[in-house]
Amino acid sequence: MTVKVSMSVNGKPVSGEVEERTLLVSFIRETLRLTGTHVGCDTAQCGACTVVMDGRAVKSCNMLAMQAEGAELVTIEGIAEPDGTLHPMQEAFRQHHGLQCGFCTPGMVISAIDLLKNTPNPTEREIREQLDGNLCRCTGYHNIVKAIAAAAQTGGGVLRR
Amino acid sequence: MSATNFIGQSVKRKEDYRFLTGEGTYTDDVVLPRQTHACFVRSPHAHAKIRKIAKDKALKAPGVVAIFTGEDIAAAKVGGLPCGWLITDVNGAPMKEPPHPVLAQGKVRYVGDHVAVVIAESIEQARDAADLLETDYEVLPAVVNASVARAQGAPVLHDIAPDNTCYVWGIGDKAAVDKAFASAHHVTTLEFVNNRLIPNAIEPRAANAQYSRSDESYTLYVANQNPHVERLLMTAFVLGLPEHKVRVVAPDVGGGFGSKIYLYAEDVVLTWAAKQVNRPVKWTAERAESFQSDAHGRDHVTRAELALDREGRFLGMRVMTTANVGAYLSTFASCVPTILYATLLAGQYTTPLIYCEVTAVFTNTAPVDAYRGAGRPEATYVVERLVETAAREMNLEPAEIRRRNFIRQFPYQTPVALQYDTGNYEATLAEAIQAADVAGFPGRKAEAAKRGKLRGLGYACYIEACGIAPSNIAGSLGARAGLFEAGEVRVHPTGKVTVFTGSHSHGQGHETTFAQVVASRLGIAVEDVDIVHGDTGKVLFGMGTYGSRSIAVGGTAIVKALDKIVAKGRKIAAHLLEASEADIEFTDGVFRVAGTDKQAPFAQVSLAAYVPHNYPLDKLEPGLNENAFYDPTNFTFPAGSYVCEVEVDPETGSTQIVNFTAVDDFGKIINPMIVEGQVHGGLVQGIGQALTEACVYDTDSGQLVTGSMQDYCVPRADDVPSFRIGTKETPCTHNPLGVKGCGEAGAIGSPAALINALTDALGVRDLEMPATPQRVWRAANKKAA
Ligand code: FES
Ligand code: FES
Repeated sequence: MTVKVSMSVNGKPVSGEVEERTLLVSFIRETLRLTGTHVGCDTAQCGACTVVMDGRAVKSCNMLAMQAEGAELVTIEGIAEPDGTLHPMQEAFRQHHGLQCGFCTPGMVISAIDLLKNTPNPTEREIREQLDGNLCRCTGYHNIVKAIAAAAQTGGGVLRR
Repeated sequence: MSATNFIGQSVKRKEDYRFLTGEGTYTDDVVLPRQTHACFVRSPHAHAKIRKIAKDKALKAPGVVAIFTGEDIAAAKVGGLPCGWLITDVNGAPMKEPPHPVLAQGKVRYVGDHVAVVIAESIEQARDAADLLETDYEVLPAVVNASVARAQGAPVLHDIAPDNTCYVWGIGDKAAVDKAFASAHHVTTLEFVNNRLIPNAIEPRAANAQYSRSDESYTLYVANQNPHVERLLMTAFVLGLPEHKVRVVAPDVGGGFGSKIYLYAEDVVLTWAAKQVNRPVKWTAERAESFQSDAHGRDHVTRAELALDREGRFLGMRVMTTANVGAYLSTFASCVPTILYATLLAGQYTTPLIYCEVTAVFTNTAPVDAYRGAGRPEATYVVERLVETAAREMNLEPAEIRRRNFIRQFPYQTPVALQYDTGNYEATLAEAIQAADVAGFPGRKAEAAKRGKLRGLGYACYIEACGIAPSNIAGSLGARAGLFEAGEVRVHPTGKVTVFTGSHSHGQGHETTFAQVVASRLGIAVEDVDIVHGDTGKVLFGMGTYGSRSIAVGGTAIVKALDKIVAKGRKIAAHLLEASEADIEFTDGVFRVAGTDKQAPFAQVSLAAYVPHNYPLDKLEPGLNENAFYDPTNFTFPAGSYVCEVEVDPETGSTQIVNFTAVDDFGKIINPMIVEGQVHGGLVQGIGQALTEACVYDTDSGQLVTGSMQDYCVPRADDVPSFRIGTKETPCTHNPLGVKGCGEAGAIGSPAALINALTDALGVRDLEMPATPQRVWRAANKKAA
């Protein structure tokens, strides 16, 4: 059984035929070919698949494409400015070396923006606690925490879309 | 400093933009025309005979393209997976090398062992069909614990190893060591487990294989750390394919930590199957498959003894280790608990006599191989736990006992084969003690005690050996591969440069670090240099990235090629400037005639090489492209001192790392920002080993108990602290950059520092890793740990 799903992704309307069981992350990666959203664990543990749905960070491996019907999504491809200028959070990750292999990075950046939206001036403790849905095996978190703290001063919690 | 010297500068990474914007290309992002998808059917049993596999039902499922089992693989004469290092037993016999089939032949030997592959139009269809594959097993008793596997009557995994023993290997003069112990003033003995770990790079393993009938060629995209080695092993030893017809591409790779070094069954099966079905076949591991089938790390049980004289000077060390190698020998499994372990047991000390014996044992568990540090964390744990414990037993300051035993004269020949070229151990220790404010510790401890908390301080002074070398010595020790690296420098006519390196980056930032080296040597901008890696179709050759070898070996190969570029450039410039070659100097990107103002910038020389009108064609080939192979004369020896301070809540058993200081001597540092990042990551993997991570198999059923992120605790941001990092630069003496390597240090030094701190806080002699709240609580409350 296939169903039609329609939603807005990075400001553009998209639609596609999917199986009922198709996960949102598969729709994003396979159907839309937006491969910046990653699958690290497929069990809602690592956060590599995090996207913004209706203004909230969600794990796209943990929901069906159908559940995003009519929603407004932003993936990592939609975070920077249209001219390619990095979002303040992306820039902070770059400045503070908050990424190594880059695999956790899209989910990390999106979760970090969400974190600052909810807690505009977080302490280190708050950053660490609120980041616990995102795993990084490379950085040891040290520089991710630094990047988020820095981005709190540069508008890192504001999403353009 | 000159405007074009980028050595020692924290240049922001070239690779970041694509990773930050979702433009990286990892293996699973690659979709090929007419793509099919593979699902591996894996053994649900730890040990079983395969009675029968019936494909019929599964073959009829929607979308199925093909199903292959071990029988098909055998009929096609696909070889088994090779082991890259031959270890010789103490009695002179070669290690036992049981066949390692890519799809099980008659028997499965661990949960997750490969039984069949189902290929279909979509991954969902492949998985659905895999559920319909009928497999009939006769379950056999399983053994997951190495010492149990060696006992009489234990289940036998392989006919060629009836006692499940792969080898018993030894190094050192046992009789002399025994004598030193007999006359020692004090002997410290510890028995411990170095817990088994599951690497868990966040990008799961993945591969996508393509075959072209038109020229009988293959392309394999694979999440791998050393594509040329993958190709060599696969073509020469397993599939018997012509090497020039196989291209292996390791595109962006999402972390490796060792786990992506190896030639895995999936890579071979996909490559072989791509030809059978004449369509590209893709597989990406689910996380559960990563847990079951990525090569695991560590898993030692050790009894270690240190003999000391009255002043606390080390007289001898005796170490007996049992290493669990899993069900089969993975690519470098045999050298990790031997060559990369026992040779490090001198640590930073002048221990004159060392004997180590290692028994490698097959069990019904996933194969064990190199994981970040690979043998060296295990060795450091042995040495630094012994040293700290001995200090406590002899009422010496832990720092003082180390100072009394530090090696101070270099080069230094250890009793376990290695010769350290250089080091300055007192300096790193002194800096660490200062940065960690060890002087203020008693005050902090007293303050914590008032709050009912237990504070402890622990040290670890590690040594590591990076860039295994030279090839001929490694060969005499059993290596079946070379250990050099290759690099090619292609100068374009306009003076821009593309460098091809055999090193592979899967997070280390080589595109930036290597570009800094090239730009500095050629006197051009970092932006004018691009680094290409990870593609056998582009890079001339390579041994890849592991053992913190990239900058020391791969970087040096590039430097050697650059030297040739500059040498040729000098000749061209001499011609252009009508001077003798001996008078040409090259600095800051400009060739000059010494003592005159006559000069030719680098780009003018490169242009002349490609538009050779005014050019010594009778003496010199046109073009400006050079390559070099570099085989190091020795390992490099990074070393460092770590100080860890913990606070334990005796009520809950929870441990807080309140201060972690790491001072490392990596020799010359090219990009401090990247180096610090490597240290942070390593530290957290080591802290994970010490505090949170443990791979557990059920001892009866052999099932993997910790088979998901819920059960296996990869550290999260709130499990770990921020770090105080310092570096010392004692340049390596035998490579032109003076570099040593930094990728594994953190994971090597941190477990011992942490457990030393915890045992100090708790006032206990030992504490098993991972020091979970339960174990800590028991120790704090003096129950059996
Ligand atoms: S892939 Fe969704 S949380 Fe890991
Ligand atoms: S940068 Fe590699 S997992 Fe985070």
